[in-house]
Amino acid sequence: MNLFTLTGEAIRTRIDSAGFVLDLLVRAFGSVRILPRRSRFLFDMAFNAGVRALPVTMVVAAFAGAILAMQTGIELKRFGDTGVLGTITALSMCREMGPFITAVILAATVGSSMAAEVGTMKVSDEISALEVMSVDPVNYLVLPRIVALALMCPTLTVLSDLVGIFGGSIIAQQNLGVSQSRFWMSAQDALVSSGTLLPKEVYVGLLKALVFGIAIATVSCAAGLRASGGALGVGLAVQTAVRNSVLLIIVLGFIVTWFFYFLNG
Amino acid sequence: MIELRDVCKKLGTRQILAGLSLHVPKGMNYVLMGPSGTGKSVTLRHVIGILKPDSGSVQVGGLEVPTMDRDDLMALRRRMGYLFQNGALINWLTVEQNVALPLEEHSSLSKSAIADRVHEVLRMVGLDQAKEQYPPSISGGMKLRAGLARALVTQPEYVLYDEPNAGLDPIISHQIHDLIIEVRDRLGVTGLIVTHSRACATQCGDRIGIIEHGKIAVEGTVAEMLASPHPLAKAFLGGGSD
Repeated sequence: MNLFTLTGEAIRTRIDSAGFVLDLLVRAFGSVRILPRRSRFLFDMAFNAGVRALPVTMVVAAFAGAILAMQTGIELKRFGDTGVLGTITALSMCREMGPFITAVILAATVGSSMAAEVGTMKVSDEISALEVMSVDPVNYLVLPRIVALALMCPTLTVLSDLVGIFGGSIIAQQNLGVSQSRFWMSAQDALVSSGTLLPKEVYVGLLKALVFGIAIATVSCAAGLRASGGALGVGLAVQTAVRNSVLLIIVLGFIVTWFFYFLNG
Repeated sequence: MIELRDVCKKLGTRQILAGLSLHVPKGMNYVLMGPSGTGKSVTLRHVIGILKPDSGSVQVGGLEVPTMDRDDLMALRRRMGYLFQNGALINWLTVEQNVALPLEEHSSLSKSAIADRVHEVLRMVGLDQAKEQYPPSISGGMKLRAGLARALVTQPEYVLYDEPNAGLDPIISHQIHDLIIEVRDRLGVTGLIVTHSRACATQCGDRIGIIEHGKIAVEGTVAEMLASPHPLAKAFLGGGSD
C-alpha cells in the first residue's frame, strides 16, 4: 500500500469511528424512555463512578487549587495585589480547572473501566447474547452509563471546585499572608457578581462537566463495543477510550468556553 | 422451518461460507458438524441475524432474515433461543437473573410467574442449587447449562445450539441430550445443533450435515450418515470420535 492509500484508510477509519460514537449517542438518547426500567443499574453505576473517582479527584483538586494560588500569588505579591487571589482561584477552578480535572480523572478511572467491561462482554459474546434475546445493548448497557456519568461529572465538579478553592485558601494564608476571610470574600465576590440565580462561572463549568460526562461514557462504551480479538482487543479498547476521552475533553472544553465567553459575550 | 440457500460469507479476506445450503423442517433437529473453523458457528449467526450473508438466502419460518428491519428481527428473535459455546452469561447477574432476563425484558408475566418459570427451567437443566451464584464462580459446564436454561425459558419455536455439550462430563452431556430431545418432542421446537460430538449428533439429530470448504459436503439421516462411506462421515461419526 502506498502513502495515499494508508492516509485514506486512516481517515476513513477515524470518520467511521466518529460516526459510530455519534450514532451510539443518538440511539442512547432515542431510547431514554426505557431509563426508568434501568434505574437500579443507573444508580449502581453512578454510585460506583462517584466512589471510584471521589478520593483521587479531591486530592488532585486540592493540589491544583494550591498550585494555582501559589503560582498566581507569586506574581500578585510583586504588585502587592494578593487581595484578588480568591477571585482568580475561584474563577479558574469553576470555569476550567474543576470540570477539567474531574473529567480527566473520570476518563482514566471510570471511562477505562467502562471500556474494559463492555469490551470484555463484546469479546466473550455477551453482547451477542443480549442481541439474540432482543435486548438492545444500547439501552441496556450504554444509556445507564451515559446518564450515570452525566450526573456524576457535575456533582464531582462542584466538590472539586470547593476543594480546589479551599486548597488555594490554605496556600494563600500560609505562604502569601492572605487571611481566610479576605480570600473567601474575594472568591464569593467573583462568583456572585453576575447577579443571576446561578453565576455564569458556575453554570458554564457545570455545563462543561455535563458535556464531558456524556462524552466520556459514550466514547468509552463505543470503544468497548468495537473491541475484538480477546484480551488484546479489550486492552486496545481501554487505550482508545482514555485517549479519545481526553482529546474530546480538551476540544469540547474549548468549544464551550468559546461559545459562552466569546460568541455569546 | 429454517432454510439457508447458497449462502456465501467472507470475513476479512477469508471465505467462510461458499454456497452453503441446508434445510431444517419444522420440529426436527439438524446437526451441523465439521472441522473447526469451517463456519458452523458463523452459520448459526446468520440464522439469528447477527451476521448478514454476502449473498444467498437465510429464512426462518418463511421470513427472510437478512432483509428484515430491526423491529421485525427483534420480534423474530423473541421466538428463538440461542445457546452460545461458553454460555455467554452476563457476569454481574446471578444464574437466576440471567435466565430471567429475556422474560423480564419482553414478557408481560408477573414477577412470581417469571420466578416460577425460571425455577422450572433451572430444575430441568439441574442448576436449581446454583441459582444464586454468579457466572465467574461456576464451572464451564454449569455456565453452559445456565445458557441452555436461558435459551429455553421463553419457550421458543427455534433453538440454535452452539456446542451444547462442550466441556461437559458424560453424565451431564447425556442429560443435555435428553433435554434437547425432550424440547423437540414435547414442544415441537426446531433445532439447529453445532457439535463435534458423535453422541450428541446421533442421539439428538434427525438429520446430520457435515460442512467442508464453506458448504455441506455430505448430508443425510442419522442412519444414512452412519452408513455413509464418505470420509468426513467416517471421521466424525465413525466409532470413537466422541
